[in-house]
Amino acid sequence: MSETTTPTAGPTGAIHDIGYRHYDGPRLGAAYIARSLYVDTLRGAFGLGRSAKSKIMPFVLLGVMVIPAVTIGIVTGYFGFAELPLGYTRYSFTMQVVITIFLGSQAPAAMSRDLRFRVAPLYFSRPLSRQQYVQAKFAGMSTALFILVGLPITLLFLSALLADLTLEDQLPDYLRAMGGAVVLALVLAGIGLVVAAMTPRRGLGVAAVVGVLLVLSGIQVTVRAMAEEFGSDTFAGYAGLLSPFTLIDGIQAGPLGADSVMGTPPEGAAMATVFCLVAVGLVAGAYAVLLVRYRKALS
Amino acid sequence: MITTEGLTKRYGRVTALESLSIDVQAGVTGLVGANGAGKSTLLKILLGLLPATEGAAHVLDMDVRTDGPAIRERVGYMPEHDCLPPDVTATEFCVHMARMSGLPATAARERTADVLRHVGLYEERYRPMGGYSTGMKQRVKLAQALVHDPGLVLLDEPTNGLDPAGRDDMLGLIRRIGAEFGISVLVTSHLLGELERICDGIVVIDGGTLLQHSTTASVTAETAVVAVEVDGDPTALAARLGAHGVGVQRRGGLLHVDVTDPASYDVVRDAVSELGLGLVRMEQQRHRMTEIFTGSAPGGEHV
Repeated sequence: MSETTTPTAGPTGAIHDIGYRHYDGPRLGAAYIARSLYVDTLRGAFGLGRSAKSKIMPFVLLGVMVIPAVTIGIVTGYFGFAELPLGYTRYSFTMQVVITIFLGSQAPAAMSRDLRFRVAPLYFSRPLSRQQYVQAKFAGMSTALFILVGLPITLLFLSALLADLTLEDQLPDYLRAMGGAVVLALVLAGIGLVVAAMTPRRGLGVAAVVGVLLVLSGIQVTVRAMAEEFGSDTFAGYAGLLSPFTLIDGIQAGPLGADSVMGTPPEGAAMATVFCLVAVGLVAGAYAVLLVRYRKALS
Repeated sequence: MITTEGLTKRYGRVTALESLSIDVQAGVTGLVGANGAGKSTLLKILLGLLPATEGAAHVLDMDVRTDGPAIRERVGYMPEHDCLPPDVTATEFCVHMARMSGLPATAARERTADVLRHVGLYEERYRPMGGYSTGMKQRVKLAQALVHDPGLVLLDEPTNGLDPAGRDDMLGLIRRIGAEFGISVLVTSHLLGELERICDGIVVIDGGTLLQHSTTASVTAETAVVAVEVDGDPTALAARLGAHGVGVQRRGGLLHVDVTDPASYDVVRDAVSELGLGLVRMEQQRHRMTEIFTGSAPGGEHV
């Protein structure tokens, strides 16, 4: 294989041309390629397979996500609290700034690079279709976010069990939080990738993703405060749709039946249905926008 | 290798390709045309990425309409524009691209080492590509098109931006891909002289229509004209040849003599000797590719 092991290499150290060799091995097709791209995207979101420098940020953020969960667990066990001071379903809402920064720093790495350096045409001149490319990137980014959100919640759950809190009390809320984490990961990945795909320039993507999520969060708080001031609880409930974090909280509180972090949570089946539909619409919409974006990137 | 029948592509009211029918054989084929002639559109249709408005195209005996993924598994593509992320090394990049063509990880690494050596990239391949020269970047772009051992590569302006030495290296490499590696090549360029040197066949398109389709051999075939150089004033010789009924044209210090009738050679010899001139050379003239554009080349199917 390598030139140095070629027995015919002369004493001058000249590299002998052993000629061109054809490849007769397997060609594994689009499903394998999509899987490889998915794994690469997931690993890339944590800086694996990238430079040492790009590993720092995601792992610091993962640490920041995990440490409070572990601390809460230890404190609960030490003081023998009857319940966790911070519930599972509130965890992602409480840590939303960390999740936002993670998305802001990693979505451009997953999306904008291929557009900025025009690598995308090289993918599309290979067996993978545009749909499969977007699906693999979307799935990779969603899984990374799910790990970021789900890992601390799971550690919180385990430490609660170690602190002798009963499984029957803990399990329902834990499962609700994990369900919420799945939806949150999909919605956030969609928003983050779309914003990143629209801003291929270096640095801009990070600011744009973080900016969009912070602004949405701010609008949500303002609209809610105004609605509560005017005494319209229904309208205030719908205000939760404005930010992905309150949207997921609404889904956890509505269909999944958890306690909401919001003062005026969504009430009734109609509002719960709206929250679910908006989440589904956001994910489907993001997917559609990405497909259109990559049709343009073909050339 | 590639056949198209009546291939037409319209974008709204703009026609990019107009009933194009070509038949590209194995070996190195040049695709010539000015900017906007429809070269890139043709390549995208051949890769199955763009549907044709009318007509059919087959690549490696597969239909571009239905077998796009299968074609792209067996075809390599080198785009004209920059497409290399600066923060990864050539090795990492090619391994990734090999896997994106469906090669298992181990095979991808072996093929990458092989191909980078063939394109002439050695120690540099472990450095991030951001610091590469244009010549090195073009080599990596070529390597990623070859890394999955395709049956056909489509190269879009591979000599763009290279200095004369780099251009010669690249052309030599393309010639080797066709001759030694046994991979057919469709290469676009707007420089006819380059293609003349390395191509077995040539396709000229202009405004989306086929202008000329022929083999390089027929385009550059011998003509029935001999250039005659003498060490003296050729005027008298020209007059004497004309008197013997031999067609002759003055081209600077040379005489272009029509030798359709082989007896003309004898007439030239006798006339030179009678005038006491020294015969410096007699050279058979060949057609040149640029004649395609003046419309005087033989052997091609004018459409």
